Amino acid sequence: MTDGVVVTGFGATTPLGGDAASTWEALLAGRSGVGPVQAEWTERFDLPVKIAAQLAVDPTEVIPRVQARRMDRCEQVAVVAAREAWAHAGLGAVPGSDGAVVEGERLGVVLGAGIGGAPTLLAQDDLLEEHGLRKVSPLTVPMLMPNGPAAMVSLEYKAKGGVHSPASACATGAESLAWAYRLLQAGEVDVVLAGGAESCIVPITVAGFVQARTLSQRNDDPERASRPFDTGRDGFVLGEGAGVLVLEREEFAKARGATVHGRLAGVGMTSDAYHITGPDPEGEGQVRAMEKAVRSAGLQASDITHVNCHATSTVVGDVGETVAVRKALGDHPVLTAPKSALGHLVGGAGAVEGIISLLSVRDDVIPATLNLENLDPKVELDVVAGEPRKVTVDAALNNSFGFGGHNASLLFTKA
Amino acid sequence: MADNAEILSGLAEIVEEVAGIDTAEVTPEKSFVDDLDIDSLSMVEIAVQAEDKFGAKIPDDQLAELKTVGDAVDFISKHQ
Repeated sequence: MTDGVVVTGFGATTPLGGDAASTWEALLAGRSGVGPVQAEWTERFDLPVKIAAQLAVDPTEVIPRVQARRMDRCEQVAVVAAREAWAHAGLGAVPGSDGAVVEGERLGVVLGAGIGGAPTLLAQDDLLEEHGLRKVSPLTVPMLMPNGPAAMVSLEYKAKGGVHSPASACATGAESLAWAYRLLQAGEVDVVLAGGAESCIVPITVAGFVQARTLSQRNDDPERASRPFDTGRDGFVLGEGAGVLVLEREEFAKARGATVHGRLAGVGMTSDAYHITGPDPEGEGQVRAMEKAVRSAGLQASDITHVNCHATSTVVGDVGETVAVRKALGDHPVLTAPKSALGHLVGGAGAVEGIISLLSVRDDVIPATLNLENLDPKVELDVVAGEPRKVTVDAALNNSFGFGGHNASLLFTKA
Repeated sequence: MADNAEILSGLAEIVEEVAGIDTAEVTPEKSFVDDLDIDSLSMVEIAVQAEDKFGAKIPDDQLAELKTVGDAVDFISKHQ
């Protein structure tokens, strides 16, 4: 007998809004988070990409100055999302203090980043080169280390049940939720703050993605640059942000009378071992991830009404995913691609899109894919475009795939 | 050459910048660790900024001996 895993709270900070509610509202309203990069360096380095999906609310507006200066921006967004999620879940007092509902030893954190503290690394390296050792911050390592965002969240909430930081590029947020699910199922802890965070809109990351030929260059029309499944798609738009979910053992959530927004009913994680960046054209690893998620929930492919796609707006990737969906589930699921509005949050993507999938299940509405004007004829599936679709969503799969051949699929069902 | 009052107020500004502690709290008898809750990482930042401000080199083995704000003021005063 294993425990069920329920979602009792969530938080996010994204290019569409400073919290989960405003992000969801903007997504349903069809707004785009993409705009010109607010920095001079796209010109200085003559980069062919001058657009990105930057945060709607800067984290330094909500984190006190002294706390913020000790954190990389990636850590800041993780903390912002975690604070919202913690409050939303009604967890109240921090473990170890009066009135705490969860023990620190029974509280875990699983939260990763894809790129992590690269901006800190670059800034500190500049200081070392220009001014020597004395000017290098003693906070350099804690700010750049890939487990930094998770560690910062654990400090905030005195989580002593284990802190883990999966690193699987664009699948990081989803794999974090999947590992949290397994910790809870195994009864290791009662509550996990699980999610992903990223903020790496800096010259070297953009340049690297440019050289890998992965980014959209639609600089003259930023809001229409991210267009998954459309024949005019030309790459993804780099974004930043974080999402955190409060996942709990069902028994624990019931006992404390928590509001349950839905359940994480199953997870699937596989790997391609095919190419360092390119997806397996047969989509075999993606198929297995989806199948595992469905099977682990004790459901059938026919039960899955909706797939919240990874679809980043790349020529090869988007179609490959739909081939995999057809193989794993059939032709019936209704698809959407939230990166059309959010851009690609890299390590934060799977967590933020996990929240969106959960809300589709909770509220029975699927947000539209923006900029879908001419559906690629190779996409032989129903993709929501134009307006959000009101439809009963009993079970939704949320896909995330990452450089390195990582495939993660999460299955959300109603409370 | 700064006098002790100037060093104290300059040091308090640095502590406020690095650790967010009100300058009025930064008084000679206060312990950096026990009273002001400043960690070892922030102490390194404070020392580097104090060196720049007062021109007094604070070696690591000396930094560890500067338990109170007053200790730091005295050290800087003698070595500026």
